[in-house]
Amino acid sequence: MMFEVSNMSFALPEIFMLVMACVILLVLAIRGEKGINSIYVLSQLSLIATAIIIYQSISSGSGLSFDGTYIKDTLSNVLKLAICLINVFVLLYASSYLKARSLFKGEFYVLALFSTLGMMIMASAYHFLTLYLGLELMSLCLYAMVAMQRDSGVATEAAMKYFILGALASGMLLYGMSIIYGITGSLAIADIAHALQTQQIDKTVLSFGLVFLLIGIGFKLGAVPFHMWLPDVYHGAPTAMTLFIATAPKIAAFAMAIRLLVDGLGEGQAYWQDMAIMLSVLSMIIGNVVAIAQTNLKRMLAYSTISHVGFILLGVLSGTAQGYSAAMFYVLVYSLMSLGGFGMIILMSRQGFEADNIDDFKGLSQRSPWFALMMLILMFSMAGIPPLAGFYAKFAVINSIVEVGLVPIAIIAVVMSVIGAFYYLRLIKVMYFDKPIDHNALEAPKDMQIAISVNALLVLALGISPGALMAICATTFS
Amino acid sequence: MFSEFPLLSLIIWLPILGGIAVLINGDNNPWARPLSLLVSAATFVASLGLYIGFDSASYQMQFVEQAPWIKSFDINYFLGVDGFSVPLIILTSFSTLLVVVAGWEVIKDRVSHYMAAFLIMEGLMIAVFSALDAILFYVFFEAMLIPLFLVIGIWGGPNRVYATIKFFLYTLFGSVFLLVALLYLHHVSGSFSILAFHDVSLSMAQQTLLFLAFLIAFAVKIPMWPVHTWLPDAHVEAPTGGSVILAAITLKIGGYGLLRFALPITPDASMALDWFVISLSLIAIVYIGFVALVQSDLKKLIAYSSIAHMGFVTLGLFIVFRIFANSATGSGAELAIEGAMIQMISHGFIAAAMFLSVGVLYDRMHTREISAYGGVINTMPVFGGFAVFFAMANAGLPGTSGFVGEFMVILAAFQANFWFAFLAATTLILGAAYTLWMVKRVMFGDVANDEVAKLTDINQREFIMLASLAVIVLAIGLWPAPLTDVMHSSVEHLLTQISQSKL
Repeated sequence: MMFEVSNMSFALPEIFMLVMACVILLVLAIRGEKGINSIYVLSQLSLIATAIIIYQSISSGSGLSFDGTYIKDTLSNVLKLAICLINVFVLLYASSYLKARSLFKGEFYVLALFSTLGMMIMASAYHFLTLYLGLELMSLCLYAMVAMQRDSGVATEAAMKYFILGALASGMLLYGMSIIYGITGSLAIADIAHALQTQQIDKTVLSFGLVFLLIGIGFKLGAVPFHMWLPDVYHGAPTAMTLFIATAPKIAAFAMAIRLLVDGLGEGQAYWQDMAIMLSVLSMIIGNVVAIAQTNLKRMLAYSTISHVGFILLGVLSGTAQGYSAAMFYVLVYSLMSLGGFGMIILMSRQGFEADNIDDFKGLSQRSPWFALMMLILMFSMAGIPPLAGFYAKFAVINSIVEVGLVPIAIIAVVMSVIGAFYYLRLIKVMYFDKPIDHNALEAPKDMQIAISVNALLVLALGISPGALMAICATTFS
Repeated sequence: MFSEFPLLSLIIWLPILGGIAVLINGDNNPWARPLSLLVSAATFVASLGLYIGFDSASYQMQFVEQAPWIKSFDINYFLGVDGFSVPLIILTSFSTLLVVVAGWEVIKDRVSHYMAAFLIMEGLMIAVFSALDAILFYVFFEAMLIPLFLVIGIWGGPNRVYATIKFFLYTLFGSVFLLVALLYLHHVSGSFSILAFHDVSLSMAQQTLLFLAFLIAFAVKIPMWPVHTWLPDAHVEAPTGGSVILAAITLKIGGYGLLRFALPITPDASMALDWFVISLSLIAIVYIGFVALVQSDLKKLIAYSSIAHMGFVTLGLFIVFRIFANSATGSGAELAIEGAMIQMISHGFIAAAMFLSVGVLYDRMHTREISAYGGVINTMPVFGGFAVFFAMANAGLPGTSGFVGEFMVILAAFQANFWFAFLAATTLILGAAYTLWMVKRVMFGDVANDEVAKLTDINQREFIMLASLAVIVLAIGLWPAPLTDVMHSSVEHLLTQISQSKL
């Protein structure tokens, strides 16, 4: 296969990330666990350097490369940048958690970097095979991460569930891809889109294939009825791993949804829209209603994730550029909020104490008014109360579906967000209105405390002026 | 001079930034109270500038400020006031000043948080009254819930968690429909400007759905029967300051919302469904009046009387359609709207005064049960004088502001339908009954127990607080012209808007 050298530059961030992951693997092999601190620093530096490379490359044009299997466009640039930056925070938060639990090992960072590489490939894939490779690279690393705490029964169970259901989802996705291949004769997303526009395609077979694609996407995003793995994995995995799973992979899954449903099968929107409405509405209802009954914060946030996925799908299913950019805004804001939410659990935890029950947050405003305020910001933002970022995320997706005339769905969405507000309020109630049971001071290291504050204040800042980020999302799909 | 200066931004952001400054200062800082007082006093003085600089001959929006805020959503920082908003803004800044003074000695726990919450809320409420961009309105409308939620939850009574979550969810539930309605209007009109919403033409089906969305949002806020149940709970549990703001301002936002959104945007649906709102208003006036009669808790009694009084506001706003139907000239329609507005302002002052009076008693006795009191006037003669005066105003005694609004609405109701007026007028009996009976049980008679015997009369701080309110209540009652003048052209404009069909 021939390709010009200039094309290689489109994948420069991925190549760099791959090289760095291998270097870190080598350091691990040579220095063993003695080199753990340098591995941590090196991983952070690779993520930051990759982010810089992506940022530098934004101006260097966009297009397809590697024979049309790889794309560099605004969507991939922005999402990859977000993935890298969020993972910088994730590794930072995770390290203090891992250190306290003798999980501070080199493997975690190698897996994290390879997983990040998988996500970046997903964001740039323009071919079913590339997409699938990226997805599997990401997922396999995640399965291994969940299982890293070998002596924990819950974590192992979570890893098994995640692996089996994830493999099943991948199978569904592949089956759907093969059907689409069967009717369009191509695996390249651009060719599929072209074939759907120009050829007479059997619509029954198309919608049959779409069902399986949507199941795959639904699994990876965690949409109802394919959400069953999500609460168990979020709950069972060590919090640092939950934090990793709950943030950047959602951005990658969003990229996958856009590449498949919009770039590839945009012509079939009439066929997948109804299915997506089902997924979305069910996710919002089940996610919000079931979250109310949870006493474990990680499980509650898992169900809240499910409901947020419903909102993200709302933007996607509107089928307009406005809706896609709204969904993109939502997924970025969501991962920022989720980052903060799980980060707070890590901040509260210490050796031998997980702080993952809602009651562990009792009286936080008296123990640490500042971090209670940070959590308050995050929770009100997740509930979608202005002037916080979560409000504009909900605002944007609801606006986009009202514009396409789906007002009843919009009403379901807003009613569900009121139900959702209840359990976020409950956490705030626990923090602000209850007396503390635990009087220990927070032990988290300074860098983590600063990072969490930056994280939450960013949510507030995005709420006060969401214009810039929204403008980026809007140009992505214009 | 005033048209150039961003006065509205000043009175919105001064208290918000002041509140943040108080918050950062922390609890141990002796400056928390004086700083709050300074900020709220400065805001109050600045807000008077609105009244002075306001050209009451024009119905146009004044002190307009417009700047793009979120371009990709087409949301603007668009502020302006008309004759409806100016009195409400001044009411807001005055009430906050009172709350700061009222909490001066009483709040001992987390003072800076308490003061900051009210200052920030003041800015948000003023912004609600002056926002001319629908989303800007919505953002402030919702954001207001956060400080109030915390105020009730942190400084409230024993059952505060239940009350504050109920309050939050009820109002949030109402307002999300408003959001969908606003988004839909943007879809139809292509702009988020409320003034553009006023001009867009809508079919009957569209108007009906929009009207219902507005009604849900604002009926919860007012609150109208049967979605009023959060209010007594919230009032009972809230600290005095929270009750004052709740009664004086947040309820008015509901009435203001109907004036600003429902009536001018969906006039035909408002006309078609006026029977519904009028029925609910009359139920609120009569039925809730009876409910108030049997309350054994002082704050609950005042809370129910608030609901009954707000029934006059909604009644006044919606009988105009009947008045138009009865006479071509529509004489009396103006009286109805102005009556509703005056009722809002006057209730703001009277309810604030009533809750402050209860607060004065509660601070000394730590109970709100009517049966725990008796013969208070013997030990607190000065306070007793004020309390009886405010109770009279609450019952609608001529010469007080409580009389003016109710009388105007009842008078206008005669133009609409005799039975409306008849039922509305029962409040003159019911209101007098529950208020005077309460006064009799709490204030008069023999000294009931040792605790009452040990009561000390109000101090200078409390005297100033109550005296200033008494002066205002009396002033509006005797000479309401300055208030009606300011809103006159806006009322006329509103009437032309609602008399033109948008179909």
